[in-house]
Amino acid sequence: MSLTAGVELAAGERPESAGGGLYRDAFRRLRRSPTAIVGAALVLLFVFVAVFAPLLAPYSPTAVDLTDIRPGVFPGPSAEHPLGLDQLGRDELSRIIYGARYSLLIGVVSLSLGAAVGLTLGLLAGAFGGWVDSLVMRLVDIMLAVPSLLLAIGIAALLGPRLISVMIAIAVVNVPIFARLLRGSMLAQRRSDYALAARSLGVTRSRIVLQHVFPNSLAPVIVQGTLALATAIIEAAGLAFLGLGSPDPAIPEWGRMLAETNAFLASAPLLALWPGLAIVLSVMGFYLLGEALREALDPKLRR
Amino acid sequence: MSLLEVRGLKVHFPIKKGIVLDRTVGQVRAVDGVDLSVEKGRTLGVVGESGCGKSTLGRAVLQLEPITAGTVVFDGEDLSRLRGSALRAMRRRMQMVFQDPLASLDPRQSVASVLAEPLRTHGVKGPYEKRVRELLDLVGLPGSAANRFPHEFSGGQRQRIGIARAIALNPELIIADEPVSALDVSIQAQVVNLLEELQERLGLTYLVIAHDLAVVRHISDDVAVMYLGSVVEIARADELYARPLHPYTIALLSAIPIPDPEVEDRRERVLLTGELPSAANPPPGCRFHSRCPFRQPTRCADEVPALRVLEGFPGSQVACHFAEQIAARELKPVHAEAAEPAATAHGTDTPPDSRRSSAGSPS
Amino acid sequence: MTDPSAGPLTTTSVREAVPGQVRAEPLLKIRDLTVTFASRGRAAVRAVDGVNLDVAAGSTVGIVGESGSGKSVTSLAAMGLLGRRGVEIRGSVDFDGSDLLHMPEQELRAVRGREIAMIFQDPMSSLNPVLTVGRQITEILVRHRGLSGRQARDRAAELLQSVGIGDSLRRLKSFPHQLSGGMRQRVMIAMALACEPRLLIADEPTTALDVTISAQILELLRRLVADTQTALVLITHDLGVVAGLCDTVHVMYSGRIVESAPRRPLFADPRHPYTTGLLASVPRLDAPRGVPLLPIPGSPSDTLPWARGCAFSPRCTRQVDACLGAPPVLEPLALPSHLLRCVNPVPPRKHLG
Repeated sequence: MSLTAGVELAAGERPESAGGGLYRDAFRRLRRSPTAIVGAALVLLFVFVAVFAPLLAPYSPTAVDLTDIRPGVFPGPSAEHPLGLDQLGRDELSRIIYGARYSLLIGVVSLSLGAAVGLTLGLLAGAFGGWVDSLVMRLVDIMLAVPSLLLAIGIAALLGPRLISVMIAIAVVNVPIFARLLRGSMLAQRRSDYALAARSLGVTRSRIVLQHVFPNSLAPVIVQGTLALATAIIEAAGLAFLGLGSPDPAIPEWGRMLAETNAFLASAPLLALWPGLAIVLSVMGFYLLGEALREALDPKLRR
Repeated sequence: MSLLEVRGLKVHFPIKKGIVLDRTVGQVRAVDGVDLSVEKGRTLGVVGESGCGKSTLGRAVLQLEPITAGTVVFDGEDLSRLRGSALRAMRRRMQMVFQDPLASLDPRQSVASVLAEPLRTHGVKGPYEKRVRELLDLVGLPGSAANRFPHEFSGGQRQRIGIARAIALNPELIIADEPVSALDVSIQAQVVNLLEELQERLGLTYLVIAHDLAVVRHISDDVAVMYLGSVVEIARADELYARPLHPYTIALLSAIPIPDPEVEDRRERVLLTGELPSAANPPPGCRFHSRCPFRQPTRCADEVPALRVLEGFPGSQVACHFAEQIAARELKPVHAEAAEPAATAHGTDTPPDSRRSSAGSPS
Repeated sequence: MTDPSAGPLTTTSVREAVPGQVRAEPLLKIRDLTVTFASRGRAAVRAVDGVNLDVAAGSTVGIVGESGSGKSVTSLAAMGLLGRRGVEIRGSVDFDGSDLLHMPEQELRAVRGREIAMIFQDPMSSLNPVLTVGRQITEILVRHRGLSGRQARDRAAELLQSVGIGDSLRRLKSFPHQLSGGMRQRVMIAMALACEPRLLIADEPTTALDVTISAQILELLRRLVADTQTALVLITHDLGVVAGLCDTVHVMYSGRIVESAPRRPLFADPRHPYTTGLLASVPRLDAPRGVPLLPIPGSPSDTLPWARGCAFSPRCTRQVDACLGAPPVLEPLALPSHLLRCVNPVPPRKHLG
């Protein structure tokens, strides 16, 4: 009896999954997931608006139109100003559009900082184990023990209320998250059979870690990265709301816009709605995308 | 001269406790004094139930687990003394096949990359395409498999990939840990046959570790039966079923169902009572005495039986004080304690067919 | 694997023979059970395809098959345990005169608790990890049998005793994770027995267990059927388990029964190439050594949709032209209780004496 019988048949049975590794496979599944499509659309919209803000915004975010402005009266949506004017007579739509830039900037910078430090720590702990692991993890535990808001206030107090202190504060919050995630993921992968198989082949430890363990540990990190962007936007808005962001009133930051409308909530509720909506939609985009990624990258769901 | 000689092998894992400083509070004696040898070109099967230490034994032979005591001599060289590059060089000559073929393959590696890894690791110069195709052909996979990824294959095909990786460097010894137990029944025979075919073609020596005694017996020349970290019996595979010597082997054999009602109805079952004791706290004396149906009031509980050759059974070694008496049927198994009514031997107390006929026709 | 090009999924119009049909009204009567899984964006998969099955009180019926054969789905569908989303179930499941498929959920739950019990491969996932074993058993006794707390506890201890758990009063206080795998499966059986069910469905009850423990559990089930007239449906991939335990055996492949017979004729004279293939591909402990194994080529996923012929034909060594085109029908052989779905069966074995 031929040993190859049936092999050709099985090899040709799933044309949809022909070729491709983990990520191509995940991408294929993402394209079929409604969650991923909605999430990706929101994220793309957000990034597009942020990048092309100067082209999209009808006015400068700092330009003041005083024609209709009187104390306590806020001109609502009109043909010239689709979302109306804010308390200082600036075009709300333009400010929302420019606000996306700051949210994206804060998100990307703080995430990159936090992930870079966190992943380095996680990689060290996960790759070496032993006392390196213990040391790194105790450090991370200490970071986790400090409430993130307190940390942010402390940093803001130290560096003064500036954009960069918000970024650093959010980055610091992200460090232990990424460190623990990567370390845990790497430890699990190091115990896997294929790592053992590589050891039994005589592959050196550093090569096993770099070629097999680390790349296979990245899937949860990618998911976390997407979710962390969402959290960063919320945190940035939250810190700005508390007055810990940049004090420059010219900067149209969503959180601060929200805070500033606080006083006029009764007379101009729409002014609170717009930045709120912007925050919700962008955060939701990253969350949906993150959840879809988590599902797409789950090895248990692969066939 | 044996290709592989294992002498007095012990692998103990420390049990650690403590929040700040780890304290060792005990030891799991996963492998506790095992002697084995495998001749070149032959197959030694190791069977036992979960927790008997058979997998740890296989990994310890390959120096993938830290050895507590004993030696593993491969072709005259004591592996337990080798470190670093000297050990890595020896790894070229002995390879492993794993139980779960999907878990043992890096999901991000294509088949070609999986098969090239051992070659690259041991300094074989590329390109590897030709050798990869050769290997795929050897294990009965089409050349087109090279560019595919592990998850695109069926279980049996994945195991073929695992086997191809193991033979890539033309090793002498292959340790197969449960090579077929994760596969569908109809696929298992394909892999068993492949292993046998490769042994013949490439002159391989096998150490096959499995819980399925029927599979192990089929593929092996000799079979070692393990219980709680030590070998209780080693026998020629063709004699094992006919003349099991150790009480545990007898119980194990009688517990394995045979797909034949005629045989099933007539078989005498020796059912074990109780549960497997913890390897952290094994019973004194003979490890099996706490569950042994042939347990005697003397020696069993306080004297560790050594693996010995029995007169009249030249091919076998057994670790039981009363093996002669059991073989001569002078001792009978004790069944059924009050708390364990399940342990009644079926087929001995009821005529095989009366039970059937009464159950088959409701009154 | 249903091929979308196979056209609409239709049930065979041919009246098929019913395996294991008994003269007295059977306890469980499954007719034309068909289960189709349909999820958006994917081709519908017919997991069970027109299965007929009779189980008489006090009998043991085995369903044998590999992964994807539909053996487990059959029992889950019959018991209404498949959920509703994306599942289409057709046919009828008659349990002692009432149709389980069209029963209100609440009533069905009562039947499942009181008259039909199930045990699964992994007892850990069926036991509640935060409740003691005793609590879980007594709860059933109180709810379904109306015992008082004290009575229930005594009865629970008795039950544990009867499934071979010694020191049962102390064991009642254990949590599932404190027990070994074999012990947990015993607890599951004790729970299943708590209501003295008339039908017990055991889905791979010993697959996760070691051989010696598995032998104990099988012995327990065997005794249970003999002592209490409980009907047992045993679902397994292991022909050896079936050979020793079942009165009637059904072999399933790709959602349909391909051969069924009382166990002795089935093993003495297997006629379907899949049945003989399975038997020839597992090494027998009592066979002389050196007998080569004859594997079934391909893998269980290499199937043909039944609508286009015999699903096993791509792997079958006896494939002929007649295997393709129309689906083969399940028909009785010379022995009326021996049913076969094959157009080119293995010739009968020569009987000695």
